[in-house]
Amino acid sequence: MGATVITITSGKGGVGKTTATANLSAALAMKGKRVVAIDADIGLRNLDVVMGLENRIVYDLVNVVEGACRLRQALIKDKRIENLYMIPAAQSRDKNAIHPQDMIDVCDQLRPEFDFILIDSPAGIEQGFRNAVAPADRICIITTPEVSAVRDADRVVGLIEAEGKGPASLILNRLRPKMIQRGDMLDTADVLDVLAIELLGIVPEDETIIVSTNRGIPVVMENKSRAAQAFYNIAARLLGENVPIMELEEPSSSWLSKIAGLIRRS
Amino acid sequence: MGLFNYLFGSRRPTSREVAKSRLQLVLVHDRVDLSPQKMQMLRDELISTISKYVEIDAEGMQVSLTQNGRQCRLTADIPILSARPKR
Repeated sequence: MGATVITITSGKGGVGKTTATANLSAALAMKGKRVVAIDADIGLRNLDVVMGLENRIVYDLVNVVEGACRLRQALIKDKRIENLYMIPAAQSRDKNAIHPQDMIDVCDQLRPEFDFILIDSPAGIEQGFRNAVAPADRICIITTPEVSAVRDADRVVGLIEAEGKGPASLILNRLRPKMIQRGDMLDTADVLDVLAIELLGIVPEDETIIVSTNRGIPVVMENKSRAAQAFYNIAARLLGENVPIMELEEPSSSWLSKIAGLIRRS
Repeated sequence: MGLFNYLFGSRRPTSREVAKSRLQLVLVHDRVDLSPQKMQMLRDELISTISKYVEIDAEGMQVSLTQNGRQCRLTADIPILSARPKR
């Protein structure tokens, strides 16, 4: 049957769907898989800029659905990584320009050619969300450890279960270890306790995400930061590898622990 | 000291603890689509229905939504004052 279709969704906006889609797509491609990332956020196109492919767009998803071009013509090849492609959303249309069946048809055409199809869902729970989840074989819900984001994530978990598309798995994004330690941020266990779904991975807050988005180079392509490691781990889990959940504890910066660290190193 | 405060409840809960308890409460109502107002109506109707059969302590009655994983449960804890004397 070919590709596995994975939809990244969240309910709330601004929690990291597009960043996660870009990085997981790149990480899977770097692991040798044939990957296409589809931006399903019609009218608010962004996956192209996060991936740094905005200058190469000729056709988009709506053009494909409306038959204005062939699917192959809308596939943008990422020149940095072998086997990584992207299909951009239309910018001048709205979410009603496509329907769930269109997404299913597009994915069915892509399945034989790829190992993974990642769909970047729009925020919200309306038509755009329904389009994005319609072809999904599995759904990843991304949230940050904030009350509003977790509440919206829970709503989406419920909708996905009601549609028989579950169980969804969770990516917990932008965790700040220091805030958790001083009791000012929900931690992984708290969020899992509340949402009661399977954890796919955690991603620590990391400034390199902003830098990489500025440059249009997903962090995994540069392979240094904590966030990059976190996305690699998640990609590995999507491939069925058994990778332990990342430890969040940052090395403490007190003089005592620095000495302890030096002794341990020697 | 921390334990003392914890045991005697004088410790101010951290914002993380507040966030978690607020979330749990709001989600359990979101999931079953039952607002606190509707819960009050349900409670009142339960009282009037059950009172037809046994005398209950309406003040001491507890109706709450709880959750176990993603399974929600409506729990009513209803103290009975005195069963009507048979005979």
